[in-house]
Amino acid sequence: MNTEFFAAWIDEIAAVVRARRDHLTQLDAAIGDADHGANLDRGFTAAREALTGASPRTPGALLVLVGTTLIRKVGGASGPLYGTAFREMGKAFGEAAEVSPAELSTALDAALAGVRRLGAAAEGDKTMVDALAPAAKALAQAVRDGLKAEEALEAAAAAAEEGAGATVPLQARKGRASYLGPRSVGHEDPGAASTALLFGALRAAASR
Amino acid sequence: MVGIVLISHSSGLAEEVAALARQIGGAQVPLAAAGGTEDGGLGTSPDRVTAAIEEVNRGEGVVLIPDLGSSVLTARLLESPGDVVLADVPFVEGAISAVVAAGGGASLAGVLAAAEEAWQVRKL
Repeated sequence: MNTEFFAAWIDEIAAVVRARRDHLTQLDAAIGDADHGANLDRGFTAAREALTGASPRTPGALLVLVGTTLIRKVGGASGPLYGTAFREMGKAFGEAAEVSPAELSTALDAALAGVRRLGAAAEGDKTMVDALAPAAKALAQAVRDGLKAEEALEAAAAAAEEGAGATVPLQARKGRASYLGPRSVGHEDPGAASTALLFGALRAAASR
Repeated sequence: MVGIVLISHSSGLAEEVAALARQIGGAQVPLAAAGGTEDGGLGTSPDRVTAAIEEVNRGEGVVLIPDLGSSVLTARLLESPGDVVLADVPFVEGAISAVVAAGGGASLAGVLAAAEEAWQVRKL
C-alpha cells in the first residue's frame, strides 16, 4: 500500500462521510449535539484540499497531514480524536514509501493507543474505541493468518461494523452522551458509526 | 505572571467567565477566552486556543481550563509539560481560583493547585 492508496482512502472517506452526513448527524442528535456529520464532512473535505495542495510523498507524511488538518478543522471532539489516530498511524509508518498489512496493523495499534490515551475511553464506554479496537484486533489476526491485504481489510471493516452495531444497547461512559446516563441506551454511538465508515472506505480503497 | 486560557464550546460562556474572573481576581492577570469555532458556532478551534496561549504566555507558564468534550481534548493536545498545563477543575470556580492565585504571583504549580482547590469549595 503506497501513498496513492492512502490518498484513495481519504477520497473514499470524504465521499462516504458526505453521503452519510445526515445519518451521522441524526445519530448524534439522539445522544449528542447533532454536529458529527457536518463536522466530519468539513474535516475530511479540508483534508482532501490539504493533500491536493501539499502532495505528500509518503504514506506517513500523508496521514500526518490528514490528522493535523482534522485537528484544526473539525471543531468537535472527533477532531482531536481522529486527528490523533491519523497522526499516530502516519508517525508509525515513518519514511516508508510502501507499507504491508503487518505495518498497517502496527500503525493501527498506535492509533488506538493514541485515541485511548487522549480520550481515556475503554471498550464498552460507547465511543469510537468500540469500533476501532475490534478492527485493530481483526486486522492483527488477519495478518497472523497470512491473509492478503484485501481480505485483511475486509475482516477489519466487518469487525468495525459489528463493533459499532454493538454500541446500541450500551450506556455511554465517555463523551457528550455520558451526560444522558440511561437515556443513551438504545442508540448507536455516532463516533463508532463513523469509525466503521472509515474502515469501509479502507476496504473500498483496496478493491479499487 | 502565570497566564490562563479559558476554553469552552461556547464563545459567550468563555468570555463571560473570563469577565467574572477578571472582576474578582484582578485585571492584571494575563487571561484569554478561547470559545467556539472560527465560524461562530459551538465547538473548539485549536487555532484559537493556540493563539490564546501565545497571547497570555509571559514565560512563567499557562494554565488551560476547559469546560467539556472537545475543549478538554483540544487542551490535552496542546499541553506542554512544565509550560502549558491542563487544570481538570470546575469551569467557573476553577477559573476564579486560578486567576486569584495568578494575580497574587503564584507559580504555575501554585495556580494549578489553587484551581484544583475549587473541587473542595461547596456552595452551601
